[in-house]
Amino acid sequence: MRVLPSGSSALLVELDDLDAVLGFTAALLDRAVPGVADVVPAARTVLVVADGDLADVRAALERLPWRPGRRGSGERVELPVHYDGADLAAVAGLLGTDADGVVAAHTSREWTVAFCGFAPGFGYCTPDAEPWDVPRLASPRTRVPAGAVGLAGGFTGVYPRESPGGWQLLGRTDVAVFDLSRDPAALLRPGVRVRFVPC
Amino acid sequence: MLTVLAPGPLTTVQDRGRPGLGGIGVGRSGAADRASAALANRLVGNDVAAAVLECTLGGLVVRAEADLLAVTTGARCPGSPVHCAPGLLRAGTVLDLGSPPSGLRTYLAVRGGVDVVPVLGSRSTDVLSGLGPAPLRAGDLLPVGRSSGPPPGVDVAPVADPPSGPLTVRLLPGPRADWLTEEALRLLGSAPWTVTADSNRVGLRLAGPVLERRLSGELPSEGLVRGALQVPPSGAPVLFLADPPVTGGYPVAGYVADDDVDRCAQLRPGQELRLRR
Repeated sequence: MRVLPSGSSALLVELDDLDAVLGFTAALLDRAVPGVADVVPAARTVLVVADGDLADVRAALERLPWRPGRRGSGERVELPVHYDGADLAAVAGLLGTDADGVVAAHTSREWTVAFCGFAPGFGYCTPDAEPWDVPRLASPRTRVPAGAVGLAGGFTGVYPRESPGGWQLLGRTDVAVFDLSRDPAALLRPGVRVRFVPC
Repeated sequence: MLTVLAPGPLTTVQDRGRPGLGGIGVGRSGAADRASAALANRLVGNDVAAAVLECTLGGLVVRAEADLLAVTTGARCPGSPVHCAPGLLRAGTVLDLGSPPSGLRTYLAVRGGVDVVPVLGSRSTDVLSGLGPAPLRAGDLLPVGRSSGPPPGVDVAPVADPPSGPLTVRLLPGPRADWLTEEALRLLGSAPWTVTADSNRVGLRLAGPVLERRLSGELPSEGLVRGALQVPPSGAPVLFLADPPVTGGYPVAGYVADDDVDRCAQLRPGQELRLRR
């Protein structure tokens, strides 16, 4: 772990891999470290935004006990999915199986939200089994509907609202993963465990 | 109540933003020049969390529908009788902000605060994510909150207007300085940078010498906050202001000190910025 400077009010913690990000983030969210105002995990890093003294926060981060691994926050979410996505057949071809095989693999895995990005409430979910490395579309779609369930680069995710997007689409869910009238607004927060069920 | 007669090029409602939600992909947003917005609230005796109007390059015309204690701060617009000096706008009074001779953003605070419906705990418009109220349009009616707390005790705030000439701010280390060549790092902290016209609340696009990278390849996206100086492959840096993306995939080579970001938010296209370590 390397703590890199990020201006007056933040530190960027660089870690070896996604497992380390998951473990470090879980430890940080559990502890409520004084002076930490926000925790923003990403693929290899965790940005820690401070509202207290930066040197104190750095010292606390360096003392924080943590170990790599998928340790969820304890919250579980089940998302019913219509597996009728436009890229289901293409993904099956890439993985050397058929559409049913993709659905079986997607629904049998348990996923953990590793981090959010791209849009408010877009959670990057990583599987508890060996991830598939499915490439993004060579040319992104200009319009992906809200609720579309996609796959890219070892992650699965659900589009929280209509937007452009380059993930390979497996299906769609009717559950609003980001809803401003709900508290919390985001269903797929870092540390939440997710299962997809066919419907 | 305030009636918007004209919004100018861009006027939004802003408060201190949505801190603490970066983990779910929601940026902080909030007033681009936080110090000016906080001063405006203080001068009318508002809570620091009250919402104000952020007007870009003047042009905002509003009518007070009741007697309102109001003040403007930031860029000084001709037509504001209450700039840095709070005063009563009688019901029916029209406040017509002209184009400021220097600075870019003017904050209008009314006692009680602009009381539009908060989204995720804030009334700020985030122009990147689209969260918060839409930018103001002619005909909008803006509710004003109930005033609470002691009446303000300050008549005039002696604050300098934003400069029209070059601005020098403090440059702090960023996490990916090692992605730039030594020469590029030297240039970042010494060359004059010009603010370009395609700048907005998300960030200032800076024109100047091309910053060569030492490392090519792709950086996995990582978290950033306002003040970040990101260097895309074009070599032209972007200084992020109030509404940056929560994570970005280009290296952040440095940061502008947080207090100084407020001053950068007052820079207009064509103005010169210098970064000093």
